[in-house]
Amino acid sequence: MESKARRKERLDRGIKVRTEGIYAVSSLKEMTYLLAPRLLLILGLLIAPLVVPSMYWQRVICMTCIFALLALAFDFLAHHVGIVCLGGALFIGLGGYISGILNSSFGLPLVLTIPIATLGGALISTLLLLPCLPVRGIYFAIVSLMYPLMLSRIIEALGLFGGTDGIAGLTTFPNIWVDQYLIIGVVLIAVFSLRRLVNEDIGLVLRGIKDNDQAVKASGMNITWYKAQAVFLAATIGCFAGAYLTHLYGWVGISLFGLDFSILPIAATVLGGMGTLVGPVLGASILTPLSEMLRALGPLRIVFYCLILVGFILFKPEGLMNYFQRKYHQFEHWIEV
Amino acid sequence: MSEEIILQVREVSRAFGGIKAVDNVSLELARGEILGIIGPNGSGKTTLVNLITGFIKKDSGSVFFKNRNITKLPPHRIADLGIARTFQIMRPYHSLPAYKNLIVPLYSPRVKRASGGKLGDRDAVAIDLLEEIGFERDAYVPYKLASSLPLGYLKRLELARCLALRPEVVLCDEVFSGLSMAEIATMVPIVEKLQMNGITIMMIEHRLRELFQLANRVIVMNFGEKIADGIPEEVMADKKVREAYLGTEVT
Repeated sequence: MESKARRKERLDRGIKVRTEGIYAVSSLKEMTYLLAPRLLLILGLLIAPLVVPSMYWQRVICMTCIFALLALAFDFLAHHVGIVCLGGALFIGLGGYISGILNSSFGLPLVLTIPIATLGGALISTLLLLPCLPVRGIYFAIVSLMYPLMLSRIIEALGLFGGTDGIAGLTTFPNIWVDQYLIIGVVLIAVFSLRRLVNEDIGLVLRGIKDNDQAVKASGMNITWYKAQAVFLAATIGCFAGAYLTHLYGWVGISLFGLDFSILPIAATVLGGMGTLVGPVLGASILTPLSEMLRALGPLRIVFYCLILVGFILFKPEGLMNYFQRKYHQFEHWIEV
Repeated sequence: MSEEIILQVREVSRAFGGIKAVDNVSLELARGEILGIIGPNGSGKTTLVNLITGFIKKDSGSVFFKNRNITKLPPHRIADLGIARTFQIMRPYHSLPAYKNLIVPLYSPRVKRASGGKLGDRDAVAIDLLEEIGFERDAYVPYKLASSLPLGYLKRLELARCLALRPEVVLCDEVFSGLSMAEIATMVPIVEKLQMNGITIMMIEHRLRELFQLANRVIVMNFGEKIADGIPEEVMADKKVREAYLGTEVT
């Protein structure tokens, strides 16, 4: 029996190899090659609020961006620092509550509450997570998952900050356009600055910690300090999303510590492509609206949602973004072996 | 060679459960010398390196570097003082190109202090260093992903990562193991050159021929204990050493 074995050969496109150097500025074609995907992302996000049919969907855009930020923070920590962080809910909750309390109890305006909640929440998150930074493995993930559960129970049991009712009647953004473009702007800034960061020297140190933390220690670096900086950065992004969410609805409550904020970003990262930073944004932009669309199906919604996720994990584990990048940068053809 | 003692290990011990991995070992390292450490598998050589560099906590004993007690310092502080080490099991930063692997030590506080913040282009420094240690720049070897490099280059990369730190003492854990004869032949002059540049070296090695060619002094370990210490010829003539390596003679 004669069987012809085939395999797919992949070759980098010449233009990809050239544009990795400084030569990209040499021709319009090469600049377009580099700029097109980036422009697609920027314009896509900027146009989205103008084309969606109703205010309901404009709110969905806001939620999408919140999950995109959380997924971005997760991807950064997991695939560029080697810390699996399930603390999305912690960041959202801390950012949200700090912002809410400052607004309701002290009457501070939005321009103050959001920055204070962002930085203060990030600082508190980092301090809370500091004890499990020196250890490797699953401990960080567990602890970051426990804190939001613990904090929401404390608020519930002691009836702090409105207890289970939360705090209502907070200042909201002036209009739906500010709502959307504020968070879209932050998503874009976060994506591009994180992508820049992971290729800077400090980013290389963080990636070194992910690959081999012992060797980074042997190079005379205090890895706990670098990990703390990375966690602070991720927490900043997460806490901003929390503070924003609070003022989006003018309400803060214990649902901000909900598991959704920890788990959905992971799903978005898997779907979008791990380690690409853009992938998680793409993943969130698919999963959040999808979840809204499936709402019509009633209880079956979660079933479909899970099927889509399982399908992706089984058949396209590399994620969308890695797939697209490969298609964009490489030739593929079948060769016989 | 001056007789200044740069590194002093005093009666260091460490047990894992009931096994004494390192048992009351003392040794001294004079500035500029190459000290070889040999011994059968499991005799505690790598544990000794881990104890000196702080990667494993000592049960008892102390370590002095240039008369400063470094017993209780964490690994990164010890490295910061100028004691670099290689790892027996090489784990490069595999997602990075070879030269980017050196950016991590080049970015370290020690190098920043040593260069007074005027290191220039770190990439260029890294590639120069790699070329010196045998990465052919013309063949673009320094630019290859660390995960795609063969063993010989990984061992050299491991050494280069130590040297990028501008160390005073290098503890090499089996840099020759797994290399072909030809590759070892190119590594020997590299180690010799380090000594000429004034770096003190302690090397664990199973390749006795090359070690004896390089080492000024050899320490033999067996079952966690130091059983011999001296110049290579004396040590190999020692009865206890022959027994450890070849077994007891039948009489």
